[in-house]
Amino acid sequence: MVAYLIRRVSFGAFVLLGTSLITFAIAFMVPADPAVAMAGAKADPHTLATIRHQLHLDEPLYVQYGDYLVRALHGDLGRSYIRRESVTRLIVSRFPATALLAVSAMVLSLILGIAMGLVAAAYRDTAIDNAQLIVSLAMVSMPVFWLGTMLLIAASAFTRGIPLGGLAGWKSLILPTITLALGSAGYYSRILHTNLSDAMEQEYVRTAIGKGLSRTRAMIKHAMANALLPLVTLAGLDLAGLLSGVVLTETVFNWPGIGRLAYEAIFSLDIPLIMGTVLFSAFLIVLANLAVDLMYAYLDPRIRLEEIG
Amino acid sequence: MKSRANAMELIGATMVASLVLVAVLAPMLAPHDPTRAVANSFGDPWAPSWRFPLGTDALGRDVLSRIIFGAQISLEVGIAAMAVTMTIGVAIGLSAGFFGGTVDFVLMRFTDVMLTLPGLLLAMALVSVLGPSLLSILIVIGIVSWTSIARVVRAEALSMSQRDFVMAARALGAPPQRLIVQHVLPNVAPTIIVMAALGTSGTLLLDAALSFLGLGVPPPTPSWGRMIEEATIYFRVAPWLATFPGLAIFYAVLGFNLLGYGVLRRRAR
Repeated sequence: MVAYLIRRVSFGAFVLLGTSLITFAIAFMVPADPAVAMAGAKADPHTLATIRHQLHLDEPLYVQYGDYLVRALHGDLGRSYIRRESVTRLIVSRFPATALLAVSAMVLSLILGIAMGLVAAAYRDTAIDNAQLIVSLAMVSMPVFWLGTMLLIAASAFTRGIPLGGLAGWKSLILPTITLALGSAGYYSRILHTNLSDAMEQEYVRTAIGKGLSRTRAMIKHAMANALLPLVTLAGLDLAGLLSGVVLTETVFNWPGIGRLAYEAIFSLDIPLIMGTVLFSAFLIVLANLAVDLMYAYLDPRIRLEEIG
Repeated sequence: MKSRANAMELIGATMVASLVLVAVLAPMLAPHDPTRAVANSFGDPWAPSWRFPLGTDALGRDVLSRIIFGAQISLEVGIAAMAVTMTIGVAIGLSAGFFGGTVDFVLMRFTDVMLTLPGLLLAMALVSVLGPSLLSILIVIGIVSWTSIARVVRAEALSMSQRDFVMAARALGAPPQRLIVQHVLPNVAPTIIVMAALGTSGTLLLDAALSFLGLGVPPPTPSWGRMIEEATIYFRVAPWLATFPGLAIFYAVLGFNLLGYGVLRRRAR
């Protein structure tokens, strides 16, 4: 168990190191000179040289990368060129809005996805199952920014009290939550349907049915436990993705989250902020992967006991 | 339910074929020039009418004609980007699965790292670094989308390279490139075709998202994603402007998804 843990943690650290290298390489490719971006196009060479020296841009690349890595390990992701603020503080200040949206979208997509998957599996190979297949495929195929815009149009035409953008009160969560949730709900419902159908063929479920349990009860009481586990894993990883900011939905609804922050950073070529948001996202995904691994180790005795046996 | 898989495949194929037809016949089908002002509706888009069935935009251009011509660039980017994605994914997956050992380890750890990076953010950053052009968009979509294909192809190539007929060919002294091209690749091909159909729905969505964010193929080429972006400020006064191009993207993505999943299910049974 301990060896397993060490293996997973060091793998996570390796992946983070790799992502930091790639983001650093991309930042180096940016054609804009950060010194010019800060001091303006008319700055004299002496000022530019001073800024470059202050930012350590005159050091060799590996020294710059090493510095960056050491500071990132201390939670310091540098300062935004344009906003003149600490990148870490910017990300932290935008995180609550993103987290609120991420959690509410995840809850809605799980409720919707599980309900749709259960109904389709219960009425397997009937018209209801076919309809669910079409609906879920349609949900997955919708461009999220278009769905958001359509909801904006509908809400402004038919309702009064629903805010169309920004974050002010719980009602402003309604439209962005639906926008984000529909696609993953469609996906989850198909996965659950497949898992449930497989589980229903297993010996232990067929035994339960053979002993007189109704199909529906067998599905909910016995098959569900096994069918839900992969779904929870998937949702955990998706949640990490959502928590690192959703650029499209936040753009459509003017949501003050990390996705908008990243979007603005990219358009102003604010290199430290771009690197910071990308690294933060990778960090959350590595963390979620680790959490999923731990959960499996806890639930699966084969992993838990491997070192002893 | 084989019939259901067949129906999905058939409907998907029909939808994709109709799109290709529209793209090819665009100059004949479109009632107006998609890039010129044909109505006097500057700043005040016209609602759908007989002359302009889907209305006109704020620059006086015909929305229907722009959507019809938009099929060209969307399909071009979607399919070409998918080809780039497949080339990278198949090359990496085949090498990892076939050679195994250190090659496999290095390539797969690289894949793990790429999988951890946020796709859309990475694509946005890369396009803004390289500058939005058709070529840079194709390359960028390829760079952020190949990972899942590499994993699937690796798994197939791995199991294939341990089959008796490949072992036999190897024992007879066939060089690696011959083993890959003549024995492994043909047997992995069906999987690659399914992944290509599903991959195209992904590249279409990514391209539309980039266009929506202002990082797509530059104007005046009509693109569905950018049409929606240009329409967002008119969502109250001219809702049709955002509605129809989105329906076009939806139709295209759904078509490729139906085709891909249909083939997948038929093969699975």
